[in-house]
Amino acid sequence: MEIPKELYYTQDHEWGSVEDGMMRVGITDYAQHELGDIVFVEFPEVGTVIAKGDPIGTVESVKAVSEVYAPVDGEIVEINEALADTPELVNQDCYGSAWMVVLKISDPSQVDTLMDAQAYRAYVEAEAK
Amino acid sequence: MSGGQRVTRFPEIPEPLLNVRSAPGRNRRMIPAPFDASVVEGLPEAGGPPSLPDVSEVDTVRHFTRLSRLNYGIDHGMYPLGSCTMKYNPKIAEEIAARLARIHPADAPAMGQVLKCLKTLEQMLQEICGMDACSLWPAAGAHGELTGMMVIRKAFDIRGEKRRTVLIPDTAHGTNPASCTIAGFVTKNIPSGPEGYLEASALGQHLNEDVAALMITNPNTLGIFEREIRAIADLLHANGSYLYMDGANLNAVMGVARPGDMGVDCMHVNLHKTFGTPHGGGGPGSGPVLVKKELARFLPAPFIVRDESGGFVLRARPSEESIGMVHSCLGNVSVCIKALTYILSLGPSGLREAATVACLNALYLKSRLKDLFDLPYATPTLHEFVLSDARQKGRGVTTMDMAKALMDFGFHPPTVYFPLVVAGALMIEPTETEPLEELDRFIAAMEEIAETSREDPEKLHESPRAAPISRVDEVWAARNLILTWSDERIQPGEKGI
Repeated sequence: MEIPKELYYTQDHEWGSVEDGMMRVGITDYAQHELGDIVFVEFPEVGTVIAKGDPIGTVESVKAVSEVYAPVDGEIVEINEALADTPELVNQDCYGSAWMVVLKISDPSQVDTLMDAQAYRAYVEAEAK
Repeated sequence: MSGGQRVTRFPEIPEPLLNVRSAPGRNRRMIPAPFDASVVEGLPEAGGPPSLPDVSEVDTVRHFTRLSRLNYGIDHGMYPLGSCTMKYNPKIAEEIAARLARIHPADAPAMGQVLKCLKTLEQMLQEICGMDACSLWPAAGAHGELTGMMVIRKAFDIRGEKRRTVLIPDTAHGTNPASCTIAGFVTKNIPSGPEGYLEASALGQHLNEDVAALMITNPNTLGIFEREIRAIADLLHANGSYLYMDGANLNAVMGVARPGDMGVDCMHVNLHKTFGTPHGGGGPGSGPVLVKKELARFLPAPFIVRDESGGFVLRARPSEESIGMVHSCLGNVSVCIKALTYILSLGPSGLREAATVACLNALYLKSRLKDLFDLPYATPTLHEFVLSDARQKGRGVTTMDMAKALMDFGFHPPTVYFPLVVAGALMIEPTETEPLEELDRFIAAMEEIAETSREDPEKLHESPRAAPISRVDEVWAARNLILTWSDERIQPGEKGI
């Protein structure tokens, strides 16, 4: 299971990378593996203002439909349109080309409440038991 | 001409589409022109005749008969599709409904008798559920949910309250959030407790003045009875909110416990699950809504009432009270007649026995399978239970593999990957209509599947082998939705429409 060191993580298995007040968000390797083959993704419109924990996307696999939650408060400034035609990227490259949305962070202090790679690994291992 | 063309099996797979059998002039039936051309004047032109296959009656009958021989239904064998309640449908109900099928809706005396049957069904459902009023019009379970939530919304609208949140536990039926959303509510998913039921102590934190209702499925999709439902109802009522119960699993408790006594304000039942009417393949179904007195005036129009002479007639109510019509007149009447037949032929003790045997059958299967498969919740269950693939997954055998393997033993697979609170769920509901021998045959099949998963896991990836169609590529199908038929075929690897 791949858990890149430089990213932030949530208990709902989203990852976030922070740069210039923006957070790029996707789902983790663990999440894509648990969901199985992804067949459909859908995101709110650019400009939507959301609170931490609100849904920022829907991911559908042959097994289940799940929501992707915002790791922090913010405004959606970009969505990954490529995933509409190639949802399989989420299974192939979840930390790279299958990023989902970019949020403009409202409250930078919320970033510190997220898990780092080490904490997330421990969290996933505990959950798997 | 050379010799005949042999088939590899019969009926042949794949049965070609009717379009393939189409040939100009095969259909010799003449459709008469409109007797009065003015009736179609001014209507938009269709742009040519529809592209229908040109086939004869015998072509059509053979096509659908062949397809039916490839099908699997409850009349073929056990169909343990959890929460869908695929119980056997007694043929007497078909017989009775067929006798009423030719009554014309404008034949008032005959319709009075039909309305009497429907009124009787309403009263029996009220008695079984412990509720005060009933509407038989919704056409299926999800339609019943929508109707019930519209009734609740109307109650708030009339009072001038703007409550918009509906709480839904994670063990509820999957249609619940959609029904609430269509009725104009915002849903909030709330986690069930560690034992698999909603704990009243955990509900308080979600209650506020915006909460219109809690929508609970009882017993829930883990087959677990919501034992704190009375306390949950009290908390909701103190908050000015309603308790909606999805009654799709009523078959586990009918004749034993009544939702109305548990504090439920509004609910629906699925006649096509609980009361033995046909189910699946497009129905038709029926999802009557039942409410307590306070909500009765908001039920959909029209209402079955007695006229001055004591006969039964249909009446509308003042439009500002009723939510209006939700179906063309009388809903799915034949389904209601079949359900009434079911209830009358079983009687009160028979209904209770059906519920208890449904639970007994499920408990028998669970007790025999829990040592071979992971049982994620140890809490006692009723008419269904959920296993998971946790013990097989390590050897590369998933729930999907086991479900497909069951087909090679002649069973319809159980519900898979639902509820979502259990990863790799296998949700099994045998129903009361399976005899012990059939349950034992199912157990033997599951035992062999568990053994194969230990000794030759690869073999399970090839299932099903005995079914008319082998393993289908579900991922490709889901990624390449083809929503309309066209002459152009697409192949795996290409993109659909």
